[in-house]
Amino acid sequence: MGASVNTPAAVAGADGKRPRLELRGIRKVYPSVVANDGIDLAVTPGEIHAVLGENGAGKSTLMKIIYGVTRQTEGEMFWEGQAVTPDNPAHARSLGIGMVFQHFSLFETLTVVENVALALPGAPDLGDLSRRIEKVSEKYGLPVDPRRLVHALSVGERQRVEIIRCLLQNPKLLIMDEPTSVLTPQAVRKLFETLRQLAAEGCSILYISHKLDEIQELCHTATVLRGGKVTGHCIPSQETPKTMARLMIGKDLPVCEHSQAKEGGEIRLRLAGLSHASDDPFGTDLKDMHLEVRSGEIVGIAGVSGNGQQELLYAISGEGPLAEKYPVQIVGIESGRMMPGRRRKAGLCFVPEERLGRGAVPSMSLAENAILTAAKTRGFVRNGLLDFAAARAFAADCIHRYNVKCGGPQAQARSLSGGNLQKFIVGREVLQEPKVLVVAQPTWGVDVGAAAFIRQSIIDLRNAGCAVLVISEELDELFEICDRIAVIAKGRLSPAKKASETNVEEIGVWMSGMWPGADALAAGAGEAPRVPA
Amino acid sequence: MFRLENRPEASEAMRYWSPVIAVVLTLAGGLVIFAALGKNPAEGFRVFFLSPMRDLNAIAEILLKATPLMLIAVGLAVGFRANVWNIGAEGQFLMGAVGATGVALAFKGASAAVMLPTMVVAGAIGGALWAAIPALLKTRFNANEILTSLMLVYIAQLGVSWLVFGPWKDPAGFNFPQTETFEDAALLPMLIEGTRLNFAFVIALAALAAGYVFMEKSFIGFKMRVAGESGAAARYAGFSAVGMVWIGMLVGGAAAGVAGMAEVAGPAGQLTDKLSSGYGFAAIIVAFVGRLNPIGIFFASLLMALLYIGGEQAQQYLNLPSSISKVFQGMLLFFLLGSDVLIQYRVRRVSRAPQAR
Repeated sequence: MGASVNTPAAVAGADGKRPRLELRGIRKVYPSVVANDGIDLAVTPGEIHAVLGENGAGKSTLMKIIYGVTRQTEGEMFWEGQAVTPDNPAHARSLGIGMVFQHFSLFETLTVVENVALALPGAPDLGDLSRRIEKVSEKYGLPVDPRRLVHALSVGERQRVEIIRCLLQNPKLLIMDEPTSVLTPQAVRKLFETLRQLAAEGCSILYISHKLDEIQELCHTATVLRGGKVTGHCIPSQETPKTMARLMIGKDLPVCEHSQAKEGGEIRLRLAGLSHASDDPFGTDLKDMHLEVRSGEIVGIAGVSGNGQQELLYAISGEGPLAEKYPVQIVGIESGRMMPGRRRKAGLCFVPEERLGRGAVPSMSLAENAILTAAKTRGFVRNGLLDFAAARAFAADCIHRYNVKCGGPQAQARSLSGGNLQKFIVGREVLQEPKVLVVAQPTWGVDVGAAAFIRQSIIDLRNAGCAVLVISEELDELFEICDRIAVIAKGRLSPAKKASETNVEEIGVWMSGMWPGADALAAGAGEAPRVPA
Repeated sequence: MFRLENRPEASEAMRYWSPVIAVVLTLAGGLVIFAALGKNPAEGFRVFFLSPMRDLNAIAEILLKATPLMLIAVGLAVGFRANVWNIGAEGQFLMGAVGATGVALAFKGASAAVMLPTMVVAGAIGGALWAAIPALLKTRFNANEILTSLMLVYIAQLGVSWLVFGPWKDPAGFNFPQTETFEDAALLPMLIEGTRLNFAFVIALAALAAGYVFMEKSFIGFKMRVAGESGAAARYAGFSAVGMVWIGMLVGGAAAGVAGMAEVAGPAGQLTDKLSSGYGFAAIIVAFVGRLNPIGIFFASLLMALLYIGGEQAQQYLNLPSSISKVFQGMLLFFLLGSDVLIQYRVRRVSRAPQAR
């Protein structure tokens, strides 16, 4: 059934070991889509096996089948030579399969140790369990305090809890779903050490990702999926990112054109000592932030999520207006107390991190979603009534120019894939010809082709003279498009440095709150794991 | 064990069919109930559903009953679309009636051309003021408007009782709890001679049309729909949540108040402590059966009026208890919600309890 010549048996045979997990001809049909189609895959003990593919390639579905969350329509799964079909995750865990999900499944109101206890069979003693958690966290370099409440943890720490929860059950196979998207580069390296250590102890690891460099660095073997089918098996160390990309997306990796920034443009967005106590008792307070974004440049803000990005974005967009006017200045206007509508009129456009439910209303059509932010700037309102024809025309233009794959302006926002909806939202904001564009996580969860397109459109907007602020957790992305990069850590903002004069290493150190001039307090409170000098 | 599973794509067409399915199931349920009560189902069906439509007079009665339901439901729909849950239209209806009665009693002798518009405005203000209380509590103290608006219904009912037992009692009314009957100038003109259908029906149709334009065509209506669908998106777009609550509550209150005015200046002709037959609550069902859409509300309120009158007929001719109307209203809402659930979800048989991860 597999299109590949390298059958899993052949791969396993080459290693001379019996596979721990083997899938043969897995097919999963959902009512509207074939998610997996004839997938073969084999993992031997101690092997780190990458499952590579774009969003929608069928990676997550395959993992859910292995972990017993869902059941395949056809095909067989063998666990240590025995045919099995896990009924549910508990069954899979009893077999020795652990999984760390991309979206965490932790109860926010419980402590770390209580969350771990919930996943274990029976009713373990919490004190005893806390000591076991500390032991595992020390052994594998995953620092976390078992007594803390989960809602107070950063995303990176939550991931550690998930990993520890799996490790406590001594898994024979660990599934990691896109684990590095929330980590600093140093934390990624630390995670890789942990995973290598696990593999050396004989644990098999299925590593799901679309990041080619990571896979090359970490994984022994790889299975590439595209459109639910296996497009190849390979040894990443013998491939180049280019050849793997071709297997993954069927063509060469698109590259953005990025010319030098024009210097000395006018200041379009200024943070002048922005301090703001978060409304959320478990949010991050912003402390004395200073930043200038000029016409014709892209400034990036790097940082591990949960360090004040959300609060900063609320303060800039106006979704969380401030008590003072001066800390946020948009095109020279002190806007701290303005609502989002007035900031938009001043020339600010904003692409939020969440697309469905914030950037777009799921049940509304794209034309109606165009009205959401462009009603006033594009003149869709006349005498209090809406001009739907104009909104439809605007949406159609946006769909056309941003290559949004959808059923037209009348298509519901929720019917679009994540990448296409993001293209629509970026297009909607860019086509309003903003003076300042603020973009959060522009390509989060977006496939490679759409991501390149979105980055290019941001760069084009900059070239047209817009001031752009990008907040992203993906350092590669920031280095690809930004002219200057600043770092947010613990509610503080570092100075912005020219992207050409810094590197991933330095920014990574800054991400733990240790930039030159950061006061001792901020440095001491740095939350990413300590970095080797 | 059964489990409800989200359908990947809920049918859009079925959303509009579900009220129809609910009506058919309500009819079927009614036949079963008639049979269970030892009545001939065919006879029950005729009395309950056909006799209310037997001639022009009967149809005029249906339209008369449907008028307050239409008015209240279209006002409520404006709020419901923005997730503003005004459950207290019954109280706002009564306070509208109080406002209109106050004008009718205070300005005796004024001409109809002055009197009636003033009464409409007073009714609207009365209802809106009563709705402003939960709106203020919601926006100022974040008090749940479902509870506050509902509790205010009972206060309104007692307030009306106090008025008609006390200061406004008709001195020549043999001590009945009622006000003087209004002068002709304070009564709405009839639309069809020989029936009780009055000008309020025209007001209700105009309210439906205005509601349609407001909800479907205006920018404010759009903002309210966004607020109802997704609070975060409304915040992102910069639509004020506080404004939505005020508009939703005040429009609902004003519409209910006008309905109250239409009742005292129409079939009642005076304020009594038995003015409403639960129109404010029935209108909630009407709004949902009508899919919060003015055109749907038009038909749903005719249906609800039919159930009211059918229930009365069933009492008279079949000796059924007066609660039969409520039973039918309840069945209608139950079947509507049930079909909505099954449109969104499907039922799956599962062999064992699903385990949470």
